[in-house]
Amino acid sequence: MSGIGKSASMSVGDYIRDSQIWKSIFRHPAPYDRRNRVVVMLTNFFLHLHPVSIKQQGIALSYTWCMGGVTFFLFLVETITGVLLMFYYRPTLEWAFNDILALRDVTTLGIMREIHRWGAHAMVITVWLHMYRVFLTGSYKPPREFNWVVGVILLKLTLLLSFTGYLLPWDQLAIWAITVGSNMARATPVLGHEGPGFQFLNLGGYDLITNASDARFLLLGSRFVGEETLNRFYILHCVAIPLVVSGLIAIHFWRVRKDGGISQPL
Amino acid sequence: MNSLPLITFWLSLGSVDPHPNVTPSVLFGLGWLYLVLFAMNLVWTIQSYKRGRHFKLPDLFGGQEAPNAAIWGCYATALFLVATAHFTCYSRPENFLLVMPDFAKNAIDFIVADAKRYFGVTMIAFIGMLLLRNWLAKPNVGWVLLNAALLFLTISLTDWDFRQIVGKPDNVPIVAMLFIVGYFTWLFFYRANDNDRRRLEGRPLFEQEKNEKVLTWPDLVYTEMICMIAVTAILILWGIALQAPLEEPASAVKTPNPSKAPWYFLGLQEMLVYYDPWLAGVVFPSVILGGMMAIPYIDFNKLGNGYYTFNERKFAITTFMFGFLPLWVGMIILGTFLRGPNWNIFGIYEFWDVHKLEALNNVNLSEYFWYGFGQPLPMAPAGSDFWTQAPYILAREFVGFVAIGVYLGVLPMVMAMTVFKTFFIRMGFVRYMVFSNLVLMMAALPIKMVLRWAVNLKYFIAIPEWFFNV
Repeated sequence: MSGIGKSASMSVGDYIRDSQIWKSIFRHPAPYDRRNRVVVMLTNFFLHLHPVSIKQQGIALSYTWCMGGVTFFLFLVETITGVLLMFYYRPTLEWAFNDILALRDVTTLGIMREIHRWGAHAMVITVWLHMYRVFLTGSYKPPREFNWVVGVILLKLTLLLSFTGYLLPWDQLAIWAITVGSNMARATPVLGHEGPGFQFLNLGGYDLITNASDARFLLLGSRFVGEETLNRFYILHCVAIPLVVSGLIAIHFWRVRKDGGISQPL
Repeated sequence: MNSLPLITFWLSLGSVDPHPNVTPSVLFGLGWLYLVLFAMNLVWTIQSYKRGRHFKLPDLFGGQEAPNAAIWGCYATALFLVATAHFTCYSRPENFLLVMPDFAKNAIDFIVADAKRYFGVTMIAFIGMLLLRNWLAKPNVGWVLLNAALLFLTISLTDWDFRQIVGKPDNVPIVAMLFIVGYFTWLFFYRANDNDRRRLEGRPLFEQEKNEKVLTWPDLVYTEMICMIAVTAILILWGIALQAPLEEPASAVKTPNPSKAPWYFLGLQEMLVYYDPWLAGVVFPSVILGGMMAIPYIDFNKLGNGYYTFNERKFAITTFMFGFLPLWVGMIILGTFLRGPNWNIFGIYEFWDVHKLEALNNVNLSEYFWYGFGQPLPMAPAGSDFWTQAPYILAREFVGFVAIGVYLGVLPMVMAMTVFKTFFIRMGFVRYMVFSNLVLMMAALPIKMVLRWAVNLKYFIAIPEWFFNV
């Protein structure tokens, strides 16, 4: 396209694509011919994740179910809607519930909360289905063993993301679900104050593991689900876990490429 | 504004039932569901007509050939008529005939409102699915199953209690998940059966047949874009149709009954009925995650890499599906839809009565042992210190320790010499021990369930003094 040169009969689209601005952004002509369809995959930041060419069966929807891709897309949706929600939401006992109430009733684009919540549920389901597909096609077999391990960690982190986010609306549903869930931690062997073997950690007859120092306290920042918990879960939900997940997703994708595509032997 | 709620209100003024099974708005809504079903089946009818398959009428009706599409056409028409009936006859809901009959409700509740029968039925369904996979994976059978499930859901919505539990906004994704998991399991068997047949006939596998390389742009990039647009559209529609739940402000003193964990952890919460928190809440989840990470390192089978197959990986797929379908998804269903106040089990059409009582008379293995011999439980003198108590406690619970030791230590050896002989030889000692212990831990849940139902077993090892109950 670029070789045609400027003529009076040029369409607006061609004019834009031939402009200096366009070229500076995309670095090459639009992918209309075979050469440029190859080049676009190599020179575009977002597309360089993919190989230039790929086996037809490896990308058939009835084979891949597209669940890994949908999961990643939902992660992006959650990130974007989540950042928007963070502009409105204050994680304090005074404001948390009222801010969610306002998002529901008065805030413009309060539907971001609906999309965020349903997206989170959907993400849990799509992660499961992605693992289901990976298992059923035997795609964890050599040389992809380690990427499956990374995937299991990502599954756990997805559940933790959803779990920590569950508390933030600070309604009855939230605090009791987190109470029930986190009560398990006090039964952690050795490290929970109602777990087997907590007596082993004592110093001169004083228990080191009490309800103010055990695994549950570490999770909640308190002896019950309170303001410290809200703050702790907020940070975990919005910063800590997403950071780890982003890093692991990068490794997960990189390994997919290095291990020879999403599936099938090398 | 929608005037339907107002109309509903006026129409229900004469009604005294606070929990009406059918109201005009329910019938009106169901009319739309039947219309969707009609539309689905209309498309299916047209496709069936295009495929042009025929079947032979019985001699009684003349014995001629008739297109398959005729049956689907009749069915779709019936759905349309049913939908019309819902749209036109909703003014007197108490007289409406197309509702879930009471005997069917009672029969279904009889099965699901009991953990034994619920797990019995899910296990039968699971085994049946594996045995009948060739028949079930036929498109027509799959379509009939989908229709049956949707009809069941639709007609069940004429029940007030069913609507309460299924219509909760947070439960809607779980209902959707059931259909999605069902669909993908069906799709797997459809593709796996095809490949298994190809192997038998010596033809190339489906995945190998049409497998030329194509350019990522446009083939993959466009698929991804369409998926992204579809997901975005679904999320926006979902967000408009269903408001995210928001209950009363949090209160540390008002405990809801039942208190449930988030829905994806309800399988773990269900395990609490059978095992103590340190196992059900900490050890088992860790073992599940660790076990899943171990899968690639213990599965020595090189076959089935990169294509769908069942016959070449029978053990691996059966085990994984057993863990995912009846145990994980099945227990989430149980925890979400069937567990009510005081963690009692309720039928899907049953009112959540807070005062429902269930007798709990569970007995420890040690009590079975010592009382069985007419002996009292070994007890340390009152007020004695830890080191005096410990031998008594260990003596009291020694049967349980022996049972667990045999289960996790000796049983793997026995299996290595019998059922898992080839596994043992191909895996080597360490990998085999990891594998067999993971399988046995997975089996520990159903085993404890069966023992609970059969002999009211509470704990194999019961040491509440040390929070060590197994």
